[in-house]
Amino acid sequence: MTQLPSFKETLTRRNLDLAPVSVETLQVNVTRLCNQACHHCHVDASPKRTEQMNRATVDRCLEILAKHPSITKLDLTGGAPELNPHFDYFVMSARALGKHVMVRHNLTVTIDGNPQTGESKRYLPEFFAQHQVEVISSLPYYQEFFTDKQRGNGVFKKSVESLRRLNELGYGKPDSGLELNLVYNPVGAFLPAPQAELERQYKKELEAKFGVVFNHLFTITNMPINRFKKDLERLGAYDEYLTRLINAFNPTAAEGVMCRSLISVGYDGRLFDCDFNQMLDLELAEASGRTIFDFDLDLLLNRQIIVDQHCYGCAAGAGSSCGGATAKE
Amino acid sequence: MSYYEPKDLERFGEIGQFRGELAEKFFDYYNTVVGQDGALTKREKALIALAVAHAKQCPYCIDAYTTQCLETGANPDEMTEAVHVAAVMEAGITLVHGVQMHNALRKRGAM
Repeated sequence: MTQLPSFKETLTRRNLDLAPVSVETLQVNVTRLCNQACHHCHVDASPKRTEQMNRATVDRCLEILAKHPSITKLDLTGGAPELNPHFDYFVMSARALGKHVMVRHNLTVTIDGNPQTGESKRYLPEFFAQHQVEVISSLPYYQEFFTDKQRGNGVFKKSVESLRRLNELGYGKPDSGLELNLVYNPVGAFLPAPQAELERQYKKELEAKFGVVFNHLFTITNMPINRFKKDLERLGAYDEYLTRLINAFNPTAAEGVMCRSLISVGYDGRLFDCDFNQMLDLELAEASGRTIFDFDLDLLLNRQIIVDQHCYGCAAGAGSSCGGATAKE
Repeated sequence: MSYYEPKDLERFGEIGQFRGELAEKFFDYYNTVVGQDGALTKREKALIALAVAHAKQCPYCIDAYTTQCLETGANPDEMTEAVHVAAVMEAGITLVHGVQMHNALRKRGAM
């Protein structure tokens, strides 16, 4: 294999400096427990995981949100974040602080419930609507084949059922104020299609075939880490995929990376530049304040963002972030 | 070892080592036709190219346009249908030449 250039070298060669610009979003990974075990999952989440954010850490996150008006958004992720025992409290408290709350909701947890306790989660759509939560849900394709291949048999049908329930409550409908966004990520070792074009196809197909509507589609590139990396290695396609990401490096996309405007919090309260770094255990640079308990906004705004090879994923093509593409194609 | 090595596709540009200006014209033309939306979308062009790749049985092109189809949002149903279009065109082209055979048969008084 030829030596691939490091992401840091590429930034230097392109004269790019990825310095933080703000902390607009606190993205909190509250659990690694999930009712699904998807092929691409960078968290390696599954029904067997037990990691959960405790109440003291949730309360500390809320203190930070209350203290800093510039942090306007709380982005809850997991695993299936709804499987954290303090999830409802976290959402309600953040909303009471006037924060915009986004939940990375996998759609099927509403139907499957908690895989460890059997607790029902059927109330979630009404709960989201009542608290005006923005729902962001993965749906790898508008057809069953790709979706079930990536997320497991039966996931597509359950996802459509959940989407219909959200639509009934007003989600995804104009002027309802209830935002429903879908996330596409490729089922394998290739880059996402252009976001606007794919959104148009999703809207047409989902409405025509299933009567489902939504607001926006976010395209996200698969990061070559954890479970997806193992899949690539099994297929002998890791180097080829990384080369593909490197060849598609886009400086505009690199400048729009999400780590410049968010801080990621782990279930144990540790801070990271993003959820991917969190899963790779790439802690913040020294002197930044390493946990939510010593959170210091000024230090964080002056930190050096930690980068590695997976960062090519966020900078390839039209770019990739938790809010989708970051650059026009 | 096969005559067709996937990595060789990356060396396509080597065709410009001699008479480079001709290669340059080809690659400009190629990228203008398939590299952007026009009257046809990139996705539609990728599906056409995939069908042609099968008809011409080019392993490089099948590999490259499978990726291009996926990266423009196409799915296995659409891609398979495109391959069937290539297949029926080839079958039809063979069969329609049966008319030439009939002409020859008539000329010999055998039909």
